[in-house]
Amino acid sequence: MALRIYISRDAAAQALGADETAAALQVAGAAKGTPITLTRVGSRGMVWLEPLIEVEDASGQRIAYGPVTADDVPELVQAGLFDTAPHRLRLGRVEDMPWFAQQERLTFARVGVIDPVSVDDYVAHGGFAGLKRALGMSGAEIVGEVLESGLRGRGGAAFPTGIKWRTVLEQQSPQKYVVCNADEGDSGTFSDRMLMEGDPLCLIEGMIIAGLAVGATRGYIYLRCEYPHAGHALREALQAARVRGYLGPDVCGSGKAFELEVRMGAGAYICGEETALLESLEGKRAEVRYRPPLPAIKGLFGAPTIINNVISLGSVPIILERSAAYYRDFGMGRSRGTLPIQLAGNLKRGGLVEKAFGVTLRELLYDFGGGSASGRPLRAVQVGGPLGAYLPESQFDTPLDYEAFTAIGALVGHGGIVAFDDTVDMARMARYAMEFCAIESCGKCTPCRIGSTRGVEVIDRILQGNETRANLAQLENLCETMQHGSLCGLGGMTPFPVMSAIKHFPGDFARDR
Amino acid sequence: MVATELDNDANLERILAEHAGIEGPLLPILHAVQDTVGHISPEHVARIAKALNLSRAEVHGVVSFYHYFRQQEPGRHVVRVCRAEACQAMHCEQTEHRARRELGVDYGGTSADGLFTLEAVYCLGNCAAAPTVMVDEKLYGRVTPERLAAILEDWRNR
Repeated sequence: MALRIYISRDAAAQALGADETAAALQVAGAAKGTPITLTRVGSRGMVWLEPLIEVEDASGQRIAYGPVTADDVPELVQAGLFDTAPHRLRLGRVEDMPWFAQQERLTFARVGVIDPVSVDDYVAHGGFAGLKRALGMSGAEIVGEVLESGLRGRGGAAFPTGIKWRTVLEQQSPQKYVVCNADEGDSGTFSDRMLMEGDPLCLIEGMIIAGLAVGATRGYIYLRCEYPHAGHALREALQAARVRGYLGPDVCGSGKAFELEVRMGAGAYICGEETALLESLEGKRAEVRYRPPLPAIKGLFGAPTIINNVISLGSVPIILERSAAYYRDFGMGRSRGTLPIQLAGNLKRGGLVEKAFGVTLRELLYDFGGGSASGRPLRAVQVGGPLGAYLPESQFDTPLDYEAFTAIGALVGHGGIVAFDDTVDMARMARYAMEFCAIESCGKCTPCRIGSTRGVEVIDRILQGNETRANLAQLENLCETMQHGSLCGLGGMTPFPVMSAIKHFPGDFARDR
Repeated sequence: MVATELDNDANLERILAEHAGIEGPLLPILHAVQDTVGHISPEHVARIAKALNLSRAEVHGVVSFYHYFRQQEPGRHVVRVCRAEACQAMHCEQTEHRARRELGVDYGGTSADGLFTLEAVYCLGNCAAAPTVMVDEKLYGRVTPERLAAILEDWRNR
């Protein structure tokens, strides 16, 4: 029997040389006369250990080694890799590693474990059980289950998913749509990408269930073009699901139709805003729409539309499979369930950690993240992407909870955490926030379009030490206008990183000559 | 990426035919054109507009709105350097500086030998192994200035 070795096909693993390692393993196997079956899986989320390989031993246990570059392979094989022998890179079972064992993996349960595009693997690990249950329920019952679970939009806005669904269900319309917002543009976030690459069928199942719930027969996954690997995985998975009758005119013999396709974005951060995304899908400039009407009432091509983030939709299968109560029992306060958290930037152990809400920033940064990669003290972290506040060390004990973050003027957003060490210049980061807003503004409203450019200019004067105090007052005034006068979150929330940087790191702005 | 005018015509007709009747066809068509011929020219815009019964201004408005769509022919390879926050936390400005120096151009420019077009990108989703660079569809993590130079050298020799 061939020796089975698992290695990730995740983009982050590839970026660190997983393809080259896979090729080296094949060569080494052939040279040693050991036939190898290589299975490309998603990533376990331990990016600092990628390329991570798992070798199946005689008892069927997977023994991990990492990070294993192509150059390490000959020596490892010499040392007995194929017999899971001891070595300095040997990690043991992933499930026994504290970093992994201390997580609550619900949405990401299969990621890194199964072949992402194999329906058989997916079903063997509980896949499509939620869909099977949903097929025996009415639309209202499915919506009720999602409402009961307490699931809130994981894209960042945290709006109750079930309420969106209920609104679409209540509409009378010959055509309804399910749209997945896979325009994960926030820096420091990659959970959508990892789920789409590591368990795309989970997203597909969630979208089929959404279609059944509200009577929608068509769906689109709007994927950012910066994610070609996710596009490949999704298309392979869609084809596999179609062949097996999970998609098409007669989903699992239910007589109900659901068809799904991937559409590529074109490098516009604003498409993460749901109405801009719908404009883009319709083939237009991605300018934000006025509301009302809500997308749930008049969405894609004017039809009632569910539009949810990848993780929101990807959390639906387990809610249907295990029940709303099971999911709701995780978390704290009004933040129910789990959040796939992304540890990024200057951290020793970056990657993906799925935890119930309530874990503190400090636990994430130090217990999981291992502190800074540079070895210097952590000075600031930005949570929730380019529109999230910068938090100083004094706020690291804040629990990850939507309300607790709102209370300190910050946001959980999509769960991305970017850590900076003490070499960071917070005035430069504030300038970058305004610059990014200027680059990505859709241009429809004046506070965002003009305000962001003026913001860069004012901060440039501060950086030059030019009338710092007057310019800081000017900047504060401008931020207030942007916050209250912008049409959407881009202009409306760019003030968060800017003002939090000024508030918590005032010394970086004191540049009077 | 050198295609004759005749190739372009045939390619465009094929792409338009393939997308006939789908919902919201404009972005998929623009992607297909750029994937096939590397950029979207004013002639492409005119032909697409006619086929979709849109004005040229509408199609041009869409092409120019999205950062990814390109109106000039690129170099043989496109080098995209991430300059978002997670990469900044790992000092990507040094990698950016090296990229500009190695290629002798700023963002949007193509190196004199026609091999590389340099583009800025805002997040490639590889934020736990920053700084990140992408050459065509190949992603690279922890790209120090020295590693960037080695990567470019590797692509020069392909």
